[in-house]
Amino acid sequence: MPNFEELTVGDVVAQQDYKITRDSLVRYAGASGDFNTIHYRDDIAQAVGLPGVLAHGMLTMGISIQPVVSWIGDAGQVMDYGVRFTKPVVVPAHGHAALSVTATIGALDEEAKRARVDLTTTFEESTVLGKAQAWVQF
Amino acid sequence: MVNPDIQGKRYPRTSSYLVGREKVREFAKAVMAAKESQDLSFAQSKGYADLVVPPTFPVVIQEQSLTLVLSDPEAKIDFSRVVHGDQRFVYQRPITAGDELTSELTVASVKSLGGNHMVTFETEIFDAADKLVCTAISTLVVRGE
Repeated sequence: MPNFEELTVGDVVAQQDYKITRDSLVRYAGASGDFNTIHYRDDIAQAVGLPGVLAHGMLTMGISIQPVVSWIGDAGQVMDYGVRFTKPVVVPAHGHAALSVTATIGALDEEAKRARVDLTTTFEESTVLGKAQAWVQF
Repeated sequence: MVNPDIQGKRYPRTSSYLVGREKVREFAKAVMAAKESQDLSFAQSKGYADLVVPPTFPVVIQEQSLTLVLSDPEAKIDFSRVVHGDQRFVYQRPITAGDELTSELTVASVKSLGGNHMVTFETEIFDAADKLVCTAISTLVVRGE
């Protein structure tokens, strides 16, 4: 558990890389109940004009908070977490899509003992989430 | 197309959802959570009665309420044209395995933007004592014809 008093705005508190494969998409579909076919069928993804099979936005969101959860050691301290979905993550049939997540302290609320952690999630050198922010209660 | 008249509409309370320990583990694995998120004794060492859900888990509950909207003939939402715009979860307290949850969705706004519609839903999630535990806020973009 990190010490709130030692945090400074701009501190990079966590960084982690993830590999998303088609297996990951099937696993997430089952776990979440989101069986939209654009997340596992190339023919349907193509038919609706997508660049390929896409990762569920909620999977990208769900993964992106994990470095923060590991850093604080307790998912229950994440009080508020929001993102905008700005760019799709295309997952190839073979190999994987590489996601990179960096968590930086964006703001500190000394009175409430809360830290805002800003997340940067990149795929193929562009960010895929906008305004990805989590408030952590200390 | 989205019927703008559904702005402000409140959908009925969903039936109770019991958060299962193995479901939490399954979801944690799917979002690539670290091993300790699935470890009961680790959760108990932090003072929890059972496993704490990953921060995005309430999407499972939100989905139940959203199903009501998508199948509502009055809303006229064409699911094949829906893209997820943004998502937020605001917690009043952590959710753990063993919680029995219900949800109630309100259509917060329907906006028109460059041929697309943006619909924002607020789903309030309550525990068995009817206390608010989390609000899930979701904006769907419905692409124009």
